[in-house]
Amino acid sequence: MDFSYSPEQIALQDTLQRFIDRDYVFDRRRELAGSALGYSAAAWTLYADLGLLSLPFQEEFGGLGGNAIDIMLVMQLIGRGLLLEPYLSTIVICGGLIQDAASEAVKRALLRRIGAGEIKLALAGYEGSGRYDLSRVDCSATRSAGGWRLSGRKTVVLDAPSADYFLVSARTGGEADEAQGISLFLVERGSVGLTLFSYPTQSGGRAADVCLEEVTVGADALIGADGEGLAIIERAVDKGIAALCAEAVGIIAALNEATLNYLKTRKQFGVPIGKFQALQHRMADMLIAAEQARSMAVIAAVHADSENPAERRRAVSGAKAYIGQAARLVGQQAVQLHGAMGVVDEVIVSHYFKRLTMIDLSLGNVDFHLARFSDTLR
Amino acid sequence: MDLKYTPQEDAFRGTVRAFLEAELPTDIRAKMRLGKRLRKEDLTRWQTILHRHGWGAVMWPERFGGSGWNIIQQHIFEEERADVGAPPQNAFSLKMLAPVLMTFANSAQQQYFLPRIISGEDWWCQGYSEPGSGSDLASLRTAAMRRGDHYIVNGQKTWNTLGQYADWIFCLVRTGSEGRPQQGISFLLIDMKSPGITVRPITMLDGEHEINEIWFENVQVPAQNLVGEENKGWTYAKFLLTHERTNNAGIGSCKRALKKLKEIAAEQMAGGRPLMEDARFRDRIAQVELELMALEVTNLRVLSAAANEQNTLGPEVSVLKIKGSEIQQQLAELQMQALGPDALPYLREALEMDWVADPKFSEHYRTYAPPLSGHYFNLRKTTIYAGSTEIQKNIISQLILGL
Repeated sequence: MDFSYSPEQIALQDTLQRFIDRDYVFDRRRELAGSALGYSAAAWTLYADLGLLSLPFQEEFGGLGGNAIDIMLVMQLIGRGLLLEPYLSTIVICGGLIQDAASEAVKRALLRRIGAGEIKLALAGYEGSGRYDLSRVDCSATRSAGGWRLSGRKTVVLDAPSADYFLVSARTGGEADEAQGISLFLVERGSVGLTLFSYPTQSGGRAADVCLEEVTVGADALIGADGEGLAIIERAVDKGIAALCAEAVGIIAALNEATLNYLKTRKQFGVPIGKFQALQHRMADMLIAAEQARSMAVIAAVHADSENPAERRRAVSGAKAYIGQAARLVGQQAVQLHGAMGVVDEVIVSHYFKRLTMIDLSLGNVDFHLARFSDTLR
Repeated sequence: MDLKYTPQEDAFRGTVRAFLEAELPTDIRAKMRLGKRLRKEDLTRWQTILHRHGWGAVMWPERFGGSGWNIIQQHIFEEERADVGAPPQNAFSLKMLAPVLMTFANSAQQQYFLPRIISGEDWWCQGYSEPGSGSDLASLRTAAMRRGDHYIVNGQKTWNTLGQYADWIFCLVRTGSEGRPQQGISFLLIDMKSPGITVRPITMLDGEHEINEIWFENVQVPAQNLVGEENKGWTYAKFLLTHERTNNAGIGSCKRALKKLKEIAAEQMAGGRPLMEDARFRDRIAQVELELMALEVTNLRVLSAAANEQNTLGPEVSVLKIKGSEIQQQLAELQMQALGPDALPYLREALEMDWVADPKFSEHYRTYAPPLSGHYFNLRKTTIYAGSTEIQKNIISQLILGL
């Protein structure tokens, strides 16, 4: 056991923190969130230069061979800076999926380009009737001359508007909620028959519902074996969950700092409001929640790479359920302790709060993951 | 950052486990497993066995006769200790008083008292709280007046744990009235056989005698039993409390209690199915298990950070104390809740090993069941003792948050 970070990991955090302080201050972030693109293209290029976009990939594909703890640290800073770039979708989830499950040819074709910041990807895995259930797939893929034809609808595809490729789950066999028969396809953005209904999300990012109408793809678009796609998707999503946990922990820490600062500077009745015990104890609860959430994010990270699905699921679902509750406590109390300043758009607190809330609702909320964790108890 | 145990740590765990399995007396193990009453003799016998093996004080440095184990080794020992069902050692002497003696006492005191602690020869108890001084400990009034080579002690201590067993008591006493209340406190070691000491039991809500009031009436204490300097006792007391609070995380015991809870829930039936299959109840277990998973890592993070800074434990232990005490309570509550209506019978005699239920009824009453309600009631103390949850939050506010 070892609870320290390597010098490289500390340097990585410092670099990102300096970038946030210099180029991604809150006002700039608000501008970007409201821009047409919804994030900073320049930042994406910088991330590529810093090696962040190739961080988790193997060296033979131009990557840095980073581990889950490296990703955890990056995601914590992404949380702290409320960074809008599609790192989770492109690098953690889709990049991770390609590295774990795609053919050599696809890895060669895509991972270097992802790492260089040339292309972005989004996972189109969820459907309207399935809520957070990745096995509920109505979207169909049928064999056609030399390839496949896909039809169906995917909902709330995170970072879809900027994606050059989609990883789409579609049914090649079995019934609508069966684990077997789900296959995974790489679909290009410009494919005929693919349309997007795009929108901003509550926390400033971008997403879209994706409609596929007789979209044809080549035989080489299939990732993994025919009908065996669910395990691949779940593994990638579990990595995404661990990453979201880390992002939440970064926000929780930042929110606690902001709130503590407010308690020390805001005066009422002639004293800083942090002199009042009712508020002190609330703040202590927030600190405890932050420490416990941080521990859970570590647990999720170190198990996120595990090839054992049961062990992975227990860790990431446990962490997501726990952190969702901790984030709710910290988010709501940070707003409350800021008083009216907590409910305005021009103070960062409300943006942190909204991001925490949307993190809970992404890739499975507290109820979903608590049930998943609870069902594993023996 | 790596949460995996190294092969050496795994091997160490194997060694600890093998020792515990081989050396823990079966009668003590059975009492622990079934929640029966433990006697002083059980506890000192176990301490003697540990000491003979060189493991009498795994948290002490080697120069004082301890095992000199690092944080991870101690954690592994505690986990295995609890899992096997060995009783916890006397924390008042080994984990609270001993660090104070090692840090602040003179070498004569160290050489006399520490070996007697580790061998189990002396049983120590704590004299901190008083009727008028609970959370506001520094307001304590038990007085020690210097008379030549002695202190004359007069006053009353309360909420004393297992003083009925004790050979010695470490006390906070007032030796000065100048300045702030914290400034006139001294740390005194008192022989429980001294004339003028009266121990009176306080029966607690579970019906058991674990706690006492202790009266001091003109008790003569040799001045050489003062630890450190006169009127500096508050510094030592706070140092001790920090150690006490880490101790209160109780990860190993919580893991054992969680395991027992699941066993109970698997055995208790509801609507013809094991209670464990009731998602509503299982989710409550899940919530506590998550808290415990997190606390285990938080605990190790705090302790290893302290180890990197020459073992200085800071106010972070308040976080461990708050969470650890809450988890212990939640687990005890769920164990009781798992029994449902069978939690109602109050069978004091069932706390003894020789209790046998009437065979006409015994099939229904599981042997583990009778102590569980009392255990729940008993553990309400955890968020009150060693600085209540509210005091811990004050400490966090002042010392970590700077409010």
